[in-house]
Amino acid sequence: MLLRRVWPSRSTYETPFSDLDQVRRAMARLLDSVAEDTSREPGDFPPMNVTQDDDNFYLRAEIPGIKPSELAISALRNRVLVAGKREIPQEHAQVSYHRKERADGSFSRTVILPLEVNADRVDARYADGILTLTLPKAEEAKPRAINVRT
Amino acid sequence: MATEARGNIQPAEKSGMPSMPEQTRPGPVYTPPVDIFENDHSITVLADMPGVKAQDLKIDLRENMLTLSGHVAAPEEEKESDVIREYRSGTFFRQFTLSETIDQAKIDAKLTDGVLRLELPKVDKAKPRQITVRTK
Repeated sequence: MLLRRVWPSRSTYETPFSDLDQVRRAMARLLDSVAEDTSREPGDFPPMNVTQDDDNFYLRAEIPGIKPSELAISALRNRVLVAGKREIPQEHAQVSYHRKERADGSFSRTVILPLEVNADRVDARYADGILTLTLPKAEEAKPRAINVRT
Repeated sequence: MATEARGNIQPAEKSGMPSMPEQTRPGPVYTPPVDIFENDHSITVLADMPGVKAQDLKIDLRENMLTLSGHVAAPEEEKESDVIREYRSGTFFRQFTLSETIDQAKIDAKLTDGVLRLELPKVDKAKPRQITVRTK
């Protein structure tokens, strides 16, 4: 996975200390990102993949056996929240369990995307236990090709 | 890139097969988490197999060996590139040995939202034979 961070551009009329401040903030961000990478448990539920093409991000999550009504999805700028509750219905009392490996409970995950998305046009589908979100990149956030004049 | 997680759900890691069975397809093989319970009449198996479509699920029972196998084709299109990758698509595979005799004709399998529910009815027990011990 290749990650490219886009650094915020800064204006030219800042105070003499803004350079230092910039460095300090950059360091903090770097440490944060390292901490986040290591503290994230491998078992976070649901497991998610995010891919992109020129126009959209695609978020896919493995959430088998949930009612779509139990899912809460929201998007704001470059953050996407997927939350919900997975319930495993109680079986009849007279059964005896040999194995009980399937997990249930509530979950909530926020994904921070590298670019802002158009939250009004996010499309969510749930099929075969996979949630698929199509998140169109915000028009103003899309990179533009720049022609070099000769 | 970052994600934050909260909640009390404690999932098992999507785990690979400890010993690889004979494979017909290339790609990773995963062990689906299962619930198995039984009552007097049947054994029920519930298996989480997200992404498996009904036509790609194979259930086989022979010689008391139950085999579940479901293939998931990668949903990504050619033009997509990875940003975050936490799971991969592949084949779910798991085998169980059943101690009970199952009535093969009455097996019922349902696949809903990536969860398989397999009902395995037990064969009606043969009536115990009465053995009379004769005395002289």
